[in-house]
Amino acid sequence: MKRLLWVVVAGLLWVPVVQAKEAQLMGEDPVLEARMMALAEELRCLVCQNQTLASSHADLAKDFRHEIIVLMKKGKSDDEVVEFLVDRYGDFVRYRPPLKPTTILLWAGPALLMVGGAITLVVTLRRRRTLSTPEPLSADEQARLNSLLDKDDKSV
Amino acid sequence: MSRFILPLGLFVVLMGFLGVGLSLNPREIPSPLIDKMAPDFTLPQLHQPDKTFSRSDMAGQVWLLNVWASWCVACRQEHPLLVQLARTKEVPIIGLDYKDDSVAGLNWLRQHGDPYTLSVADAKGRVGIDFGVYGVPETFLIDQEGRIRYKQIGPLTPKSIAEIIMPKVRELKAAGA
Repeated sequence: MKRLLWVVVAGLLWVPVVQAKEAQLMGEDPVLEARMMALAEELRCLVCQNQTLASSHADLAKDFRHEIIVLMKKGKSDDEVVEFLVDRYGDFVRYRPPLKPTTILLWAGPALLMVGGAITLVVTLRRRRTLSTPEPLSADEQARLNSLLDKDDKSV
Repeated sequence: MSRFILPLGLFVVLMGFLGVGLSLNPREIPSPLIDKMAPDFTLPQLHQPDKTFSRSDMAGQVWLLNVWASWCVACRQEHPLLVQLARTKEVPIIGLDYKDDSVAGLNWLRQHGDPYTLSVADAKGRVGIDFGVYGVPETFLIDQEGRIRYKQIGPLTPKSIAEIIMPKVRELKAAGA
């Protein structure tokens, strides 16, 4: 029984590994292809937008990978290859968007939200503290309290 | 009462953002090529593969480049509109048969009608990459200088032709004349 359980666990672990296997390569120059695949991990497949170029099986992704190899063979650097694709398809092909006026909200957004949240938290806590400490009694109130307490004492 | 105003305001703003987000089409990625020179290309013609066609052959004209393929389902949807548009003779349409088998492409044109002034074959899809093509059909409006002025991603619709493309064609023609 225990052995069967292990087989099941091993099976569960195995499946994602198989699925994560990269899309087919062309198989000529392993060094160049490794470099291409490393770069393709950073690039978005435009057909299936939540996949990288490296993991996508879409026809266009294959063409892109082929094109990247061709460019690398011509001696282009990784940055030049990315630039080639950005020139044609826009910043959307990059998984790490560059810092530009149009992407500033994207980069600064989480920090702004965090700062805003922290300020709200501090303000709320301060306000709560002032609410929980009762205001001191005014002179009139104190006098009335004293007289009431005195009266009480006498009746006992 | 006033303490509800801030959260309510934030909620309304958030709803606004989400509402706009819902109405956007994530498949439409704005092209960086708009208002830039169309890539120069030379490709064999679909009907006469021994002859070629280049972007410069259309210099001085406002024209449409329609990227299509016989395997593309959405192309069937827009094709009657292209045939109709070609009949008006207002703007030449060049067809780019993208990553297609030439025989299949020619058969397709025979079957559905040929609206193209001329067709070129981009069997490898290499010119397609230069034009930033990722979802066929795509249509580019190119001006007299060879600059891309508009790009339609996905099939043309009667509305996009009547309200965007043709007004732009007329405007460009008037500006160039």
